[in-house]
Amino acid sequence: MDMLEQTQVALDSIKSNKLRSFLTTLGVIIGVASVILLVSIGEGLKTYLTDIFAGMGSNLLFVTPGKRNTKGGGHGGALSTVHKLTVDDARALGQRSYNIMGVAPRVVGGAAIENGSLSRDSVVLGTDEQYLKVHNLKVASGRFLLKEDSDGRRRVAVIGQTIAKELFGDTSALGRTVKVSDTRFRIVGIMRPKGQSLGIDYDEVVFIPVTCALDMFNQEGLSSLSIKAANPTNLQPAISDIRQILKHRHNNREDFTIISQADLLATANRITSTMTLVLLGIASISLLVGGIGIMNIMLVSVRERTREIGVRKAVGARRMDIMIQFLIESIVISLIGGAIGLLLGALISLGISSAVPEFPPPKITLWAVMVAFGFSVAVGIFFGVAPAKKAADLDPISALRYE
Amino acid sequence: MIEIEDVKKVYTMGAEKVHALRGVSLTVEDGAHMSIVGPSGSGKSTLMNVIGCLDSPTSGTYRLDGELVSEMGDDALATVRNRKIGFVFQTFNLLPRQSAVENVALPLLYAGTGRRERKERALAALSKVDLANRANHKPSELSGGQRQRVAIARALVNNPSILLADEPTGNLDQEVGREIIKLFEKLNADSGVTLVLVTHDRALASTAPRQVEIVDGHIVSDTGR
Ligand SMILES: Nc1ncnc2c1ncn2[C@@H]1O[C@H](COP(=O)(O)OP(=O)(O)OP(=O)(O)O)[C@@H](O)[C@H]1O
Ligand SMILES: [Mg+2]
Repeated sequence: MDMLEQTQVALDSIKSNKLRSFLTTLGVIIGVASVILLVSIGEGLKTYLTDIFAGMGSNLLFVTPGKRNTKGGGHGGALSTVHKLTVDDARALGQRSYNIMGVAPRVVGGAAIENGSLSRDSVVLGTDEQYLKVHNLKVASGRFLLKEDSDGRRRVAVIGQTIAKELFGDTSALGRTVKVSDTRFRIVGIMRPKGQSLGIDYDEVVFIPVTCALDMFNQEGLSSLSIKAANPTNLQPAISDIRQILKHRHNNREDFTIISQADLLATANRITSTMTLVLLGIASISLLVGGIGIMNIMLVSVRERTREIGVRKAVGARRMDIMIQFLIESIVISLIGGAIGLLLGALISLGISSAVPEFPPPKITLWAVMVAFGFSVAVGIFFGVAPAKKAADLDPISALRYE
Repeated sequence: MIEIEDVKKVYTMGAEKVHALRGVSLTVEDGAHMSIVGPSGSGKSTLMNVIGCLDSPTSGTYRLDGELVSEMGDDALATVRNRKIGFVFQTFNLLPRQSAVENVALPLLYAGTGRRERKERALAALSKVDLANRANHKPSELSGGQRQRVAIARALVNNPSILLADEPTGNLDQEVGREIIKLFEKLNADSGVTLVLVTHDRALASTAPRQVEIVDGHIVSDTGR
């Protein structure tokens, strides 16, 4: 049987009923568009998360104040602490556990940074000398914070690339002073470009000694501790050490939460998988509806063309010939829906990413395109078989007599 | 050669049984020209459909060129129709969206003939019925007589051994009808294709060397026996 001819016949039949065919494909269009959205957003999110975690190192742990039952999440939250996290807690952890490579205290706040008339708002991160090691950061020029800076409450700052450029232009910022929240700080170092990592753009951060930050933001406790475990493949010894040491220091109460990268990943995965499920639900319902629509229209088409089927059988068409003809028609309808859905899905995901800049850019992969077309063909075949079989089973004489 | 022996055809409609053929025996030699006449409802079309392998008899045997057609399954019958039978209907039965040449080429499509050969042979068949100049017209753009000639070209295109026509002039006026019958006779004389013609018109039927008359499912007269 000539497939090209069969496809031609199918296209003719679809063309002679343009509006009807289009309405029929609507379900498939929505279904495939959701699949494309799902895959492209999912892929975008995955690369986004991978980028985040790649910069972070797998042996990173965080301790936040307050006990939370749910795992994961950011910083702060509902506190029932008696004890705040302190710089001494950080030092104690670093000194008493062999399973911990480094501990950096963190106080995070926002402040206006000024150099004369130039000013911008920026993230201020109070920490100590351990931060570089724990977070895999590098200084481009000058030095990072020293232990003595924290101990002596020295007003020194290390600034990110973007801040340096915006406030000092091409001139060297080293040795100059900036006002952070109306307090003068001397710039002792400039960071290497690093970009976004874990929600902070390190190129736009001002590092100051943790003790100065506590004063500046009027805090008694730290926002969090960043901890680098000694063994990247097994974080458990580090986690149990942290728990034991901190509990001991906090009157035997576990008034803190230890978060590992695994926890963050699990949270991220929970979010993406919920979204995936929702979109998958929409996709499968609309593909089902689309499939039933196709089946319905094919049954109508078989009835309308009963005489045609009779003629074809009378001149020698076998069951399979008729079957294939109608199957091709339903597959073609479904494929057209799939193609439109693909386009629509791509447009929507591009639209989302341009409207919401924080949103990771969608990735339209060959894989997604193949899934979309695979789904359309599957729907066309699955829901086309019954009408095609009905056509193939027609008795030639009664088909020829059909009015 | 058509060899039909004691063929009966019973249609069952609920409790009621309609005996369309009540034991028909008939032998038609290759190249013959035969007409079938009879009153309405006598079973002429039923017999034609059996001969044309569109329908299977309820009982009795039908051999076509020695093959026992009455025992064949649907797909085997479709192949026999494709290779050996050319059917012309009263209502033309052309596909409305296809051009004349596409309609004529249809049997070749199911014979597995290649695209180019299909077109060539369809055009050749159209010129046999004097319609080569209307090859790309749709049926709706043709007159009744022209439509029937397209249908005849379609019946001829795969070089069948039998040409069956069930009241081919029924939807045409007398003048055109006569021309169509002349065309059939010419084809029968020129190519030796067996011609079986059902008609109400006794004048048309009488031009055939052999005439069979059916009444109520029985053959009541047969000039060729
Ligand atoms: N599909 C069917 N179901 C039931 N009865 C049928 C069917 N086809 C034909 N018949 C009956 O069989 C008998 C013979 O019908 P057939 O069509 O062969 O007659 P015919 O001689 O061709 O008549 P006409 O000259 O009017 O075309 C009729 O009584 C008809 O009602
Ligand atoms: Mg009849």
